[in-house]
Amino acid sequence: MIAFSQVSKRYPGGYEALRDLTFSIEPGEMVCVTGHSGAGKSTLLKLVAAIETPSNGSVVVNGQNIGQIRRSAIPFLRRNIGLIFQDHKLLYNRTAYENVLLPLHIAGFDPAESAKRVRAALDKVGLLDREKSFPVALSGGEQQRLCIARAIVNRPSILLADEPTGNLDANYAHDILEMFKSFNQVGVTIVIATPDPQTARDLNARLLTLDHGKLAS
Amino acid sequence: MSVWLIQHRAALAGVLRHFARTPFASLLTALVIGVALSLPAGLYSLLVNIQGLANHAQGEPLITVVLTATANAEAINDLQAKLRKREDIAEFTFIPRDQALQELNRSAGVGDVTAGLDKNPLPDVITVRPASTDAPAITKLGEELRKLPKVETVLLDEAWVKRLHAMLQLGREGVTLLAVLLGFALVVIIGNTIRLQILSQREEIEVSSLIGATDAFVRRPFLYHGAIQGGAGGAIAWLVVAGAFRLLNDAITRLAALYDLNFQLALPATPDILALLLFATVLGWMGAYLAVGRHLREIFS
Repeated sequence: MIAFSQVSKRYPGGYEALRDLTFSIEPGEMVCVTGHSGAGKSTLLKLVAAIETPSNGSVVVNGQNIGQIRRSAIPFLRRNIGLIFQDHKLLYNRTAYENVLLPLHIAGFDPAESAKRVRAALDKVGLLDREKSFPVALSGGEQQRLCIARAIVNRPSILLADEPTGNLDANYAHDILEMFKSFNQVGVTIVIATPDPQTARDLNARLLTLDHGKLAS
Repeated sequence: MSVWLIQHRAALAGVLRHFARTPFASLLTALVIGVALSLPAGLYSLLVNIQGLANHAQGEPLITVVLTATANAEAINDLQAKLRKREDIAEFTFIPRDQALQELNRSAGVGDVTAGLDKNPLPDVITVRPASTDAPAITKLGEELRKLPKVETVLLDEAWVKRLHAMLQLGREGVTLLAVLLGFALVVIIGNTIRLQILSQREEIEVSSLIGATDAFVRRPFLYHGAIQGGAGGAIAWLVVAGAFRLLNDAITRLAALYDLNFQLALPATPDILALLLFATVLGWMGAYLAVGRHLREIFS
């Protein structure tokens, strides 16, 4: 499902974020990518989501080569990938309900079906009673859960999470990781970037460790 | 309902909500566009009115055939017989010199002057109305009439019509140039409005793109925004022109009456109004399209 083959990523200016990475992630697998700050974890996720393209090598996601994919095909690839950001990237002028509705609106879902799915996603993350709240009225943990609800509402086959528990206290972090476990149990492939290797152990996930852009383990 | 329709309906509803949230700013932009467009639209409507007046004048061209002093009754009859046979003449009227003198005395009030003359100085004339209103055909007919026996000279009255049409042509080209320039200004105004919109929604655009929005999805509300503002500007331009014509009409009617004319500025016809609205809408759409294309490239670069 996700295959990296001798992938390097060099940014303009010459900084090499990833070097000669080769690995694959099978469907339904849960993987934690760890490493120090600047090791290339976020770049790896960006390559999977086609936010960046590799400088060398090939990245294949759901059968599509990210280096060769047409620009017009990228949105359709992304609709099958749920993205969870450390900074949430929520729209603060929209309610919790409207934030979660956005991916379905983009994909052109029927309004009745959308409403059903949004409420199901909000229920899944425990925010159904906060659907009319604006993100600014939610705590950090609730905002992260809202971001997760938006990521799963489209029922993607892959979930990418960039340091999803980075800004949360231990209790909230535990809740979030439990959610990832439950998504993985229903077959969703999950890739989590985290600086903490303990997270992989807690989740019983495969660990990929990056060191200065290279695969260490 | 198809996905395409759902998304268009949602984009349109979003834009209308935006207008409802910011009525003053939206109206101000539409007013700027409307005032800019009202200038070429008003001048165009004025030209259409003057064109109608000129066409009316051109519809009654007359050729005055002045006969020589030696033309006797027999020669005049022969000449009239020849004119009757010509297909390029719709009708003609013979005006004997005595009748012409009586009319001159009656209409110009120069009876005292002409009474002192030894003999009638006026010639016999024939006024000819050509079958065609085409200027070259009238000129050709005049030249042929000049060659007929007992014809002293031929007077054509199409010269001023030609000048008027040349001026109208110049006016039309001027209006076209003005419309192009102001159309360009409109594209810039709309583009700038859309640029501000994009900057204020930059975060939303980025997030939407990350979760699978196509370029068309992102672009759609801005295109509706530009097209609606352009169309509203076109409607305001029409209102400005209609208001101005209404204000000016009394004065124009009084002025025309002084020249024995019954003339009023007519409002643009429905096809012209529709063309104005379409023109403004398309320009608005175009301004938005150019702005969105440029700024989306900036955002995603």
